[in-house]
Order: sequence, then structure tokens, then C-alpha cells
Amino acid sequence: MESLSTAPRDERFPHTNQTRNCWVRYVEWKLCEEKHGEEESECKKFGRWARALCPVDWIERWDEQRANGTFPGPSGESS
Amino acid sequence: MKSVNTIVIFLITFGYEVIYNDAPVLWQTGFQDPATPVMEGIINLHHDFIFFFILIFVFVLWILLRAIYFFNSRVNKVAINYSHGTLIELIWTIIPIMILMTIAVPSFALLYSIDEIINPAVTVKAVGHQWYWSYEYSDYIGENGEIINFDSYIIPEEDLEIGQFRLLEVDNRIIVPVNTHVRVIVTSADVIHSWAVPSLGVKCDGIPGRLNQISLFIKREGVYYGQCSELCGVNHGFIPIVVEAVPLDNYIDWIQKKLYA
Ligand SMILES: [Cu+2]
Repeated sequence: MESLSTAPRDERFPHTNQTRNCWVRYVEWKLCEEKHGEEESECKKFGRWARALCPVDWIERWDEQRANGTFPGPSGESS
Repeated sequence: MKSVNTIVIFLITFGYEVIYNDAPVLWQTGFQDPATPVMEGIINLHHDFIFFFILIFVFVLWILLRAIYFFNSRVNKVAINYSHGTLIELIWTIIPIMILMTIAVPSFALLYSIDEIINPAVTVKAVGHQWYWSYEYSDYIGENGEIINFDSYIIPEEDLEIGQFRLLEVDNRIIVPVNTHVRVIVTSADVIHSWAVPSLGVKCDGIPGRLNQISLFIKREGVYYGQCSELCGVNHGFIPIVVEAVPLDNYIDWIQKKLYA
């Protein structure tokens, strides 16, 4: 197992409310994968951080929406 | 908690076993023993405030008793016919303002230090449900995509073993390392819950659609008990929280076992 690490503190989200932090990490992760592919180590890092912050249910729901084309956030095709 | 620590060190030096109080006891009126700097700060702040409260209580009681004793209808046959005094009103406005400002200083200092987020090494997600907590340790992913994800239900009264706490024990405790910065993300899957553990000095609402973050830095090994603290339905009183703090190596072992069990 890698040494203990998790999503770092993010200056953009200094408050108790981390909802946006999770969202931004998820979007960064998926945009990175679209651009550089799933095997890119940077993308894997974003993926780890997004999974650390976002509940499993949320990620599943967003993945489903992306597959159905109903994802409300930015994605490679639309931007 | 300097004084408590001194007593504890004294007792350990002379061969006494010290048992910390990390769960409620019968007829308890004080705090449980602190295990995090945050809870130490809260207890110290409370004790500092009590100093002012006692001063105010004694002073008000003294004024009240004097007024009752000296200024009653038996002693004063004729009532005084004025009802206003600028000087006394200034005094009893300005002095309370000074007291409030004095106690606000350590209060804000503590508040902002609680909000301070230090780069954490571990993230645990606590998700409230009607009526259980579920926990996610998503920092670790097994080779075949295994994730650590489990529910934590109360142990019903008839299944309790000797020494277990009624209404506080759960089937799956969450394990966290000591002397490590831990981030807890609290949320909910249905109604509002609240994830609270008195010894750790945390109480954080779990709100559906929102992620709230609190940080833990547990200074000693132990088992810490808490309860849902936001009325969330009929079984609100039956979704306890148990946090077990262990040394880092044991934590890593536990994670390995959970991933590959
Ligand atoms: Cu609840």
C-alpha cells in the first residue's frame, strides 16, 4: 500500500463546506481523462483526490449522467 | 486540561492505572475526558467562562438580597417617585459590554483554531442514513478495485455483552490513527443527521447534497463514543458513533485486512 495520503487542503475551499471541492476535483479528473487518457498519472492523482472527497454514490450518479449525456457540468465534447 | 494532565502523570508515576472517561457515566454533569486539542480548548474555555459566571452570580445575588432586605415596604413607608438614573444605567451597560468583549477574545481564538484545516493524511466519509451511519475510506483502492465501505449499526440491547454500553455500541467501529490529521467529511443520504463525539470535541451536521468537513487530531489511543445529534426520525436515539483510535501501524494493518479480506 502507498504511504498514507489523501486529497490535500485546497486554498480555494477554506470553509467547512467542501461540496464544491468534491465537484471541482471530479470535473478536473474527468476532463483530464478525456484529454490525456485514463492511464495518465496526473489523472489518476485527480481521481484519487476526487474519490477521497466525494461519496461513492455521488461519483456513481455523475458517471451515469456522463454516460447518458445528462451530466450538468463541463465535459470534453461540450467545451 | 493542564491540571488533569498533571494529576494523570502523577498517578501513572506512582503505579496507578489511569482510565480515561470517553463515554457518558450515570449522573454525569461535567465533560468527558478530552482526546483532541480541540476538546481541551473547549473545556478550558468553559472553565474560563465559569470564572466570570461565578463573579456575576455572586454580585447579582448580593444586590438582590440587599434590595430585598433594605428596600421593602416595611422599612420605607413612602415610595420613591423617580425611576431613572443616567449614571447607574451607564455603569450597568458598559461593564457587561467589557465582560462580553473580554470573553469574546478567547472564544474567537478557539473558534478559528477549530476551523483551521491542516493538510490531512487520512479522509473518512461519514454518511448518515435513517437509521445508521455508513463510512467510506476512499483513499485506498485494492488491486481489483476493492473499496472500503461499510455500515455501522447499533448493537441491540439483547445482544450486548458484559461491559458494553447500552445505546452506544455499534457492530462496525471506525478506526483512525492517533497523532495524525484526519479529515472527516460528513453528509447524509436522506434527512439531516449530526455526527458528534464529545471526547473528540466534534459535532457536525450531515446534510443531504452537502459535504461538511471537520478535522480530528486524536492524541491518545482509545474508544470514543458519540450519538447522532440532530433529530432525524423515530430511531434518532439509536444510531451511535464509535471511533477507535489506534497506532498508525495497526491502522495500516486494518486497512489491508479490510481491502483484501
Ligand atoms: Cu440521525
